[in-house]
Amino acid sequence: MDIEMVSQHIKRADLLQMYYYLLLTRSLEDRITALYRQGRIVGGCYTSHGMEAIAVGYASAIERDDVIAPFHRDMGAFLIRGITPGEVLAQYLGKRTGPTKGKDGNVHMGDLKRGVLGFVSHLADNLPVATGAALAFKIRGESRVVVAGTGDGGTSRGDFHEAMNFAAVRKLPVVFFCNNNQYAYSTPQRLQMAITDVVDRAMAYGMPGEIVDGNDVAAVYLASKRAAARARAGEGPTFLEFKTMRMHGHSEHDAAKYVPHELLEEWKAKDPILKAERLLTQLGYGDEGYFQEVADRAKKEVEAGLEFADHSPLPEGREVLEGVFASEEEVQS
Amino acid sequence: MTTATTSVEISYLEAISQALDEEMARDERVFLMGEDIGAYGGAFKITEGFLQKYGEWRVLDTPLAESGFVGAAIGAAMMGLRPVVEMQFADFISCAFDQITEVAAKNHYRWGAAVPMVIRAPFGGGVHGGPFHSECPEGWFFHSPGLKLVAPSTPYDAKGLLKAAIRDPNPVIYFEHKFLYRRIKATLPQHDYIVPIGKADVKRAGNDISVITYGAMVHLALEAAQLLAQEGIDLDVVDLRTLIPLDKETVYGSVRKTGKAILLHEDNKTGGIGAEVAALLAEECFDCLDGPIVRIAPPDTPVPFSTPLEEFFLPKTGDIVEAARKLAAY
Repeated sequence: MDIEMVSQHIKRADLLQMYYYLLLTRSLEDRITALYRQGRIVGGCYTSHGMEAIAVGYASAIERDDVIAPFHRDMGAFLIRGITPGEVLAQYLGKRTGPTKGKDGNVHMGDLKRGVLGFVSHLADNLPVATGAALAFKIRGESRVVVAGTGDGGTSRGDFHEAMNFAAVRKLPVVFFCNNNQYAYSTPQRLQMAITDVVDRAMAYGMPGEIVDGNDVAAVYLASKRAAARARAGEGPTFLEFKTMRMHGHSEHDAAKYVPHELLEEWKAKDPILKAERLLTQLGYGDEGYFQEVADRAKKEVEAGLEFADHSPLPEGREVLEGVFASEEEVQS
Repeated sequence: MTTATTSVEISYLEAISQALDEEMARDERVFLMGEDIGAYGGAFKITEGFLQKYGEWRVLDTPLAESGFVGAAIGAAMMGLRPVVEMQFADFISCAFDQITEVAAKNHYRWGAAVPMVIRAPFGGGVHGGPFHSECPEGWFFHSPGLKLVAPSTPYDAKGLLKAAIRDPNPVIYFEHKFLYRRIKATLPQHDYIVPIGKADVKRAGNDISVITYGAMVHLALEAAQLLAQEGIDLDVVDLRTLIPLDKETVYGSVRKTGKAILLHEDNKTGGIGAEVAALLAEECFDCLDGPIVRIAPPDTPVPFSTPLEEFFLPKTGDIVEAARKLAAY
């Protein structure tokens, strides 16, 4: 990202905050991966390793009242919305203090009070849901937007297309994004679609689209800000394709031997944290000492979170029976 | 559009229109989505005049994409609105199956997000609709925890249950029977009322045999009861009205009284609601049974088109009469 552009359009404090969240995400997910390898996490373990700039960038670009519909590579967005590392770890460990009280695992978290729409494993399902949230804002004349995304594989689903189309027809305040990390589980993009750029799909819905370097947090932030402003102004949805690379397997059990080694080497040099550090250095906002200090702070917060999660109770078996139906008091107003 | 203060007889269809109109007037959070529901007023004209009255942001014509607009309803509901979506025909609900069973049904259980929405699903045969305009898909959803299912049989219940569904904090699928739309009429109370979800209704009290049913089949059961009364066989006709949550107490109460049960529905026999109720009766009322539990339901085929085929497929009054005579002999 151009230095001039960044210094003109992103406040120093915002950029430093994003850097902190990049490190917090990496630190938290590294800890989760370690716990998984120790056998302490039962079930799946999905990370955003090497893709942290996407969630951190878009979640930093919106307002407190806005809503996100993230998917499983968006840990940074959950954190920025206020779901704490302790709650995330409790969720992964199946504790009652996690956002789903043990009912669901890993990144399957949501919280309406913090503007996070929980997603389901069926990717792209949450895109129509996001258009509905945006529809509610439009009907009530509120100036709120929704940011909703999926992976490259998710754009093959009908729900992706139904959501894009409906949002465009009704000019709903949604920012759609695709985390194009080149693989859907083991399936490379060339077996997923016959186009090179997912953004081409936007044209079919009469929606503007943009290709963005997904490893550059400043670029993600600025593109998301522009798209959110457009949505807020009543001009309708935008589609952002964040190009990136999945550096780990689909889940931590997957060694991802199907990914060519050279491709991983190439993208290792484009690591979003390294990129952010170079940017901060060039801008004179930070140096090695500062980076180390932030890394330590992030690590400390993760360790405190783990302590919270470790000391949290597991749910009792019979709690399985609770919560099938909602009561009137739980309806959002 | 019908008015809310009519004292003349209104049809089952008009009762549905009235419920929607009154709820929209009462609560500005209520809005409608579906295919052709705006200027056209819907395939069955349930929402005729609504667009003019409530405007295009409360009566939304959607693209032809059931999964998309059901998903949108879920999102709007979570943000505090009360969407009512119309499936043009219940058959098309299969396109939205994933959103209904994976998102709407599970959101509250998983992460505490209430999804107060209604899906109106015009279902049922007898209208020469063929395999894609006659289905009874309630069985698909009967097995999905987190949903409520209702299926009214009279104008009174149609209006009261739709109002209750709209006011319910959960996703409710409202199965309205197409065959009843213009065939059944009644005079309804002038005041605002609801029919509570989860309460069955004994439509005819009798002592000899329970007929447990819902939807259009209620009327078949009542017809059979009239014929059988002349032979001294007294049917207790239980209209389930709500399929989930099932009013087990009313069902058990009826069978404890009569000792005999016929389960009657229009959905296919295998894995239908009758199978579940039969199992419940075997578990809970075994001691009271004086005869075998009998199911009357269509064969396990799609709903056929041609008149003799559809007539063969659908349960008939004679089937109930015959089954009741056999049971009475036990």
